[in-house]
Amino acid sequence: MLGQIAYALPFLAQGFAVTLWVSLLVVALSLVAGVMMGVGLVYGPAPLRWVVRIFSDTIRGIPILVLIFFVYYGLPAVGIHLESFWAAVLALTLFKTAQVIEYLRGAVGSIPKGQSEASMAIGLTFRQRLAYVIFPQAFRRFLPPWINGVTDAVKGSALVSLLGITDLMHAINQVIGRTYEAMPLYILGAVIYFAVNYALSLASRRLERRFSFIRE
Amino acid sequence: MGYTLNFNLIWRNFDKLWGGLLLSLELAVISIAIGIVIGLLLAVWYVSAGRVVRTVIAGYVEFIRNVPLILLVYLVFYGLPTVIDVAYSAQTSFVATLSLYSGAYLVEVFRSGLEAVPRGQIDAGKAIGLTPWQRLLHVRLPTMLRITLPALSNTFISLFKDTSVASVISVPELTYGAQWINFNTFRIVEVYLVVTAMYLFTGYALLYALRLVERRFRVAH
Amino acid sequence: MSTHANPALLDVSEVSKSFGSVEVLRSVSLQVTRGEVVTVIGPSGSGKTTLLRCVNFLESYDSGSIRIDGKEVGFRETGTRQRRSERDLAAMRAETGMVFQSFNLFPHLTAAGNIMLGLRKVRGKSSAEARQIAEHWLGRVGLAHKADSLPAELSGGQQQRVGIARAVAMEPKILLLDEITSALDPELVGEVLEVVRSLAEDGMTMVMVTHEMAFARDASSRIVFMADGGVSAAGPPAEILGAEIDNERLRSFLARFRASHF
Repeated sequence: MLGQIAYALPFLAQGFAVTLWVSLLVVALSLVAGVMMGVGLVYGPAPLRWVVRIFSDTIRGIPILVLIFFVYYGLPAVGIHLESFWAAVLALTLFKTAQVIEYLRGAVGSIPKGQSEASMAIGLTFRQRLAYVIFPQAFRRFLPPWINGVTDAVKGSALVSLLGITDLMHAINQVIGRTYEAMPLYILGAVIYFAVNYALSLASRRLERRFSFIRE
Repeated sequence: MGYTLNFNLIWRNFDKLWGGLLLSLELAVISIAIGIVIGLLLAVWYVSAGRVVRTVIAGYVEFIRNVPLILLVYLVFYGLPTVIDVAYSAQTSFVATLSLYSGAYLVEVFRSGLEAVPRGQIDAGKAIGLTPWQRLLHVRLPTMLRITLPALSNTFISLFKDTSVASVISVPELTYGAQWINFNTFRIVEVYLVVTAMYLFTGYALLYALRLVERRFRVAH
Repeated sequence: MSTHANPALLDVSEVSKSFGSVEVLRSVSLQVTRGEVVTVIGPSGSGKTTLLRCVNFLESYDSGSIRIDGKEVGFRETGTRQRRSERDLAAMRAETGMVFQSFNLFPHLTAAGNIMLGLRKVRGKSSAEARQIAEHWLGRVGLAHKADSLPAELSGGQQQRVGIARAVAMEPKILLLDEITSALDPELVGEVLEVVRSLAEDGMTMVMVTHEMAFARDASSRIVFMADGGVSAAGPPAEILGAEIDNERLRSFLARFRASHF
């Protein structure tokens, strides 16, 4: 039994690499999109705020799995052909972007209005206010939940196995299909996911504690 | 884009979606009910227990929170029966998984809720001569439940969404219904539009209703 | 432009503003010439702070005009009441300094950093030059030794003095002071007012909203009394705070004020 699993380890490692790659792409893309849309939600004109609000509430209101199926099966039907890998990345990015929007809104919203006013009063432009006054302060409120939320991307990435992408989850199922050693492999998989995510949540908690010493 | 929307086939198979939605709700309700029991017991045990018990409970909570739900679903449905002598339907297996899953999240919710009960209330309970059990039952738990109600609502809504994972072991809930129609009629965009609307409407209606309940209880706070 | 025909550095002309159905400013006019120190007093809700916030366009206004050195503050000179671009507004705001009731120091920057930010990003000064200016002004407000302290490490009075230094370091044409001692413990008020007094002696043009009547009497060249969103009385301190003023509202304001503050 152990021999069979050892034999499968390189294959599982490849799957794990895909899991990390998907997670990394999703985290990076959603950070950019989410911060931009979050700024739109907080500072944008009313129509833009509505669009972002509806986007975020819709995405957060449906299961990730539905989002993944919708993107994967729906896009080809309307003539957009994406590889299953990119369809999965797109769907997970949409999901994660909605989260980032809310983290950003929370972080920026926690900064007193006086900070914006004081920076306006010395003549900073909108971009300068964000860059030198708002974001540096919002950063420490944004970072802990965001890092903690990276675990959602890693966990969510396991759903891409359903599109036939050989991530860690899919690799585990394939090895089980050959070896019939279900329980050891699921436990091994759980341990790997746990190790990655637990490390992330520890990092998040540590940051939160470190930042809590900074006074207003 | 030459795609024209045609919902006829969706309406003709709507019973698959409607039945699926009801099953999703049922799965969520049963799971949170069991999850609340697990969460309450473990939270009360945690705050009064020694180091070892605390570590074990924390281990359970952290394990569940850091492993993908889909893996837990596979593990319980395909994995467990290979090592212990149990036989259960996909649905039972999923309810067991989601209960353990929600239980882990709720331990955290209830534990922080118990710790948020003001010291003065416990002292007041002591002052009128309540035993520790009576204090727990009549002072700490009612106050804690009131404090944790919003988090409880949120957990329930996300469990409702999480029931979609049951589709991977062919439990005929809403997402499974959507996939069935998808594969049998190929009205892909339509079925997912309808299902998205169903999840959204149900989720936000639940949220609204639960917020009303919360407001009723908050007055007494 | 016939700026020479109008010597006012700040020219507020018939400015009105409503929040919803509440009219907070009713056709307010006010001229301030270079070097003047104008104090605005009045009961809360009389529009003092709103007026001040309109001068650097932290608030927009519905009608009328506000000019600094002949230039319309918030709107383009086309007469269409089109807001200035973000860049123009920022440039206009850099010409006015503002000190806030709640200090509003940037908590992530040191005292010197607070002062240097505008100098570097708005005035385009080098880091070294900005640092020099910051140190000069910190010295002026008696905080040379606190240049590298974070706001959280300073007392309220010290924070507000940094707030003043941050505003004046930009060399504004006019300084707006919005109840700058209201959030301070009584024993810290003096040190802040002392700084304001020394700026006044230097000839800094100032408009301040304050409840410090004694200070208003000593330091202002003119006092404006606002009530119900309009200017109810204006004149030299001796006249406005004097006993024989013929303005019922002002008299009852001052009577109530003295009753509650002395």
